[in-house]
Amino acid sequence: MTTIMTDVLVIGAGLAGERTAVEAAAHGNQVIILSLVPPRRSHSVCAQGGMQGALGNMARSVGDSPDVHFEDTVKGADWGCEQDVARLFVNLAPVAIRQMAHWGVPWSRVVPGPRRLPSGDIVEESAEKEGLIAARNFGGTKKWRACFCSDGTGHSLLYTMDNVALQLGVQVHDRTEALALIHDGARCYGAIVRDLRNGELRTYLARATVIATGGYGRIYGQSTNSVISDGTGMALALDTGVVPLGNMEAVQFHPTGVVPGDILVTEGCRGDGGYLLDKNEHRFMPDYEPEKKELASRDVVSRRMIHHTRQGYGVESPYGPHLWLDIRHLGQEHIETYLRDVAEICRDFLGVDPVHQLIPVRPTQHYSMGGVRTDIGGRAYGLVGLYAAGEAGCWDLHGFNRLGGNSVAETVVMGMVVGRTIAQDLVGSDFSFPDAPVRSAKAQVEQRLPALTTYGLEYVYDLRQQMSQILMEKVGVFRNGRELVAAVEELQQLHERAERLGLRSTGRGPNPELSAALRLPGMIRLAITIAYGALQRTESRGSHYREDYPARNDALWLRRTLATWPEGVDLPRLSYEPVKITELPPGERGYGETQEAAKKEGARGKS
Amino acid sequence: MANRKLTFSIFRFNPYDPDFGPRMQEYILEETPRMTLFTALTLIREEMDPSLQFDFVCRSAVCGSCAMLVNGRPRLACRTRTDELPAKIVLHPLPFFRLIGDLSVDTGSWFAEMAHRVESWVHTADAFDPDGEEKRMSNDQALAIYELDRCIECGCCVAACATAQMRDDFLGAAGLLRIARFWIDPRDQRTDAEFFDVVGTDAGVFGCVGLLACHDYCPKNLPLMEQLAYLRRKVMLGSLRSAVSKKERRPEEQEAVH
Repeated sequence: MTTIMTDVLVIGAGLAGERTAVEAAAHGNQVIILSLVPPRRSHSVCAQGGMQGALGNMARSVGDSPDVHFEDTVKGADWGCEQDVARLFVNLAPVAIRQMAHWGVPWSRVVPGPRRLPSGDIVEESAEKEGLIAARNFGGTKKWRACFCSDGTGHSLLYTMDNVALQLGVQVHDRTEALALIHDGARCYGAIVRDLRNGELRTYLARATVIATGGYGRIYGQSTNSVISDGTGMALALDTGVVPLGNMEAVQFHPTGVVPGDILVTEGCRGDGGYLLDKNEHRFMPDYEPEKKELASRDVVSRRMIHHTRQGYGVESPYGPHLWLDIRHLGQEHIETYLRDVAEICRDFLGVDPVHQLIPVRPTQHYSMGGVRTDIGGRAYGLVGLYAAGEAGCWDLHGFNRLGGNSVAETVVMGMVVGRTIAQDLVGSDFSFPDAPVRSAKAQVEQRLPALTTYGLEYVYDLRQQMSQILMEKVGVFRNGRELVAAVEELQQLHERAERLGLRSTGRGPNPELSAALRLPGMIRLAITIAYGALQRTESRGSHYREDYPARNDALWLRRTLATWPEGVDLPRLSYEPVKITELPPGERGYGETQEAAKKEGARGKS
Repeated sequence: MANRKLTFSIFRFNPYDPDFGPRMQEYILEETPRMTLFTALTLIREEMDPSLQFDFVCRSAVCGSCAMLVNGRPRLACRTRTDELPAKIVLHPLPFFRLIGDLSVDTGSWFAEMAHRVESWVHTADAFDPDGEEKRMSNDQALAIYELDRCIECGCCVAACATAQMRDDFLGAAGLLRIARFWIDPRDQRTDAEFFDVVGTDAGVFGCVGLLACHDYCPKNLPLMEQLAYLRRKVMLGSLRSAVSKKERRPEEQEAVH
């Protein structure tokens, strides 16, 4: 087995991984990034909305500041986030945006003069701000704060970041997959890696190892995430037995993924007056939410849609039931001007013309708030020399609900912070790698391969399909104790069956079935961790909604779930730590539903 | 109306599996509404043949992973609906790029090498000031840069290019576009002469024989034809200018030659 040594090994070449790599390399470290795919194909490229940072250049962002951004973030998180992290983040976000401009990102700029919004309002941009970085509106924020590049923010950010990585001599080993971390229970020394071009194994030894592998959306099957978002990095951390994952039960859903394909269509459709219809083409949202109708928050709309579908009002299709999004009444001109991206997605991927036809949609998994638990510098709990950044990490900026545009901003800001932490930690650290952990990690991986190719009757795609179905049905937008108990049990059975996985193909070379089979047991463990954490959390907070406990409960649950998976057990071990409140004490979220539920629950209790 | 039966004829070759040489293999599938090549190939892999290699990542036409030859033409598989195609669908990997297996090719290495050659980053002597305001830029200028920054490195332009089939070192439309992207960016302080060095050769603009299949097959409708013309004009003007200024500066040398 080839061995490669480096100062810093970053697993994942999305925005977070590359920004971490760039910062570490700028401090003189040798950096290698591992990536499942060529770096510019990472999921970051899909982020189209924007990057939040309080620059305050627009008419509708006058008075914006890191303080206002802080408040939006903490409220959005339903007070589940670390407030010192949120403070650091909001202060650094404007710097990160300007630095990306310095590196070449073509941010859209302020054009002075009046402009008509889709709502009909007129805004007047100031001549003083002409040519500064522009921003647009995004759900859940008080001010216009999402900086953007036309319709390809993630694309331009990732391409620019990869350019800088190239300039600094960061090496990217693409088409590789880390299969195990090398560690001795106290310190991390790198990873055992499979080359996806030829199937060979390699050892990477590193003084610092970073997990920046993005989210786990694909374990849900129906996800807006790229098909590579299998949560592999989180599974690697969990498999160490000593590194905890934080708040894995915090999963965000988006109300409008198209069917099939689960490509996200923007909230703008509903913002501009679109309707949701059922199989009878009846507009059902006013029945549930007479005031806000389709404009209730993401979580609320998703829940109503699932509920209505379960009542038998979904439209049957070969891809499962869905509902309709109707924007026909907005008219051709409006659709082609303000919802052009949506029109393109519908025409190109569905063959649907939204000017004249209905769009098939359903709630779809969208974002993983939880991840590898780290301190404010990005150091993972449990192992010295291990770090995490971006969606894979949980320094805990998002708590139980992430604000739109904060994910892209987090990747860049956290990358900056973690890269700096690593540079500091590596000063004076030695370069010695004990033999025993390397051998044990190698053995752990090598023994899995022949087992898969020689015996085993379970088929990877069958089990994977069942895992997704359990999660979607029982650990989705609606959760309750009875179904969560069932979900944990069924997932445990799948986990046991996954020990008997066998390949139907030869498994030779860069075989995709072997890749899927190597990944699946870790994915099921993540699924169990999510379901079990959700079962234990007997309250509703942000995206975690318990039908049997509809109110937020700060007395009991203003704390973070930490899950570890020691060897040989069939359930994660959960512990809890307090949430850090430094500035803003828990209060009303201002989105309506949770507090209303609390009132209702209170009323029921009295009667 | 009954659903069509689709016949997929797919190029198969795994260089690491000595038991099977290159061949075409057929799969028959019932078409479902709104089916794309992403849905169809995923179904074939999961239900018929788990060894089938292909590359999808975003499946929404923004990441550039899934370009392949569909009935002989390069295009993004994820954005190809089966209802646009006849019942017989023939799939080959993109030509030009190194084959990894079946429909999977190594576009990543080629694009990384290209980025190295054109030094695909903003060259500037200015340091970033974390406390300062951003440098201003007109929105029109930002949009012009973004327009050339939109390439998703899918490789369709190079796969469709006659020059690329003949010479390995050709930068291709994607490489030339990348140079144009930095050339028009006011933040990049490279001189015209420095850009000429990269672009003004047979591996650069003068290698192009003007067939423009790149322009026809670009799934992002990038202005490749205009950019080729723009770069050629710039290089021509640049070389004329430098010839003129040479003459003015050193008349005695010019005379000596004659």
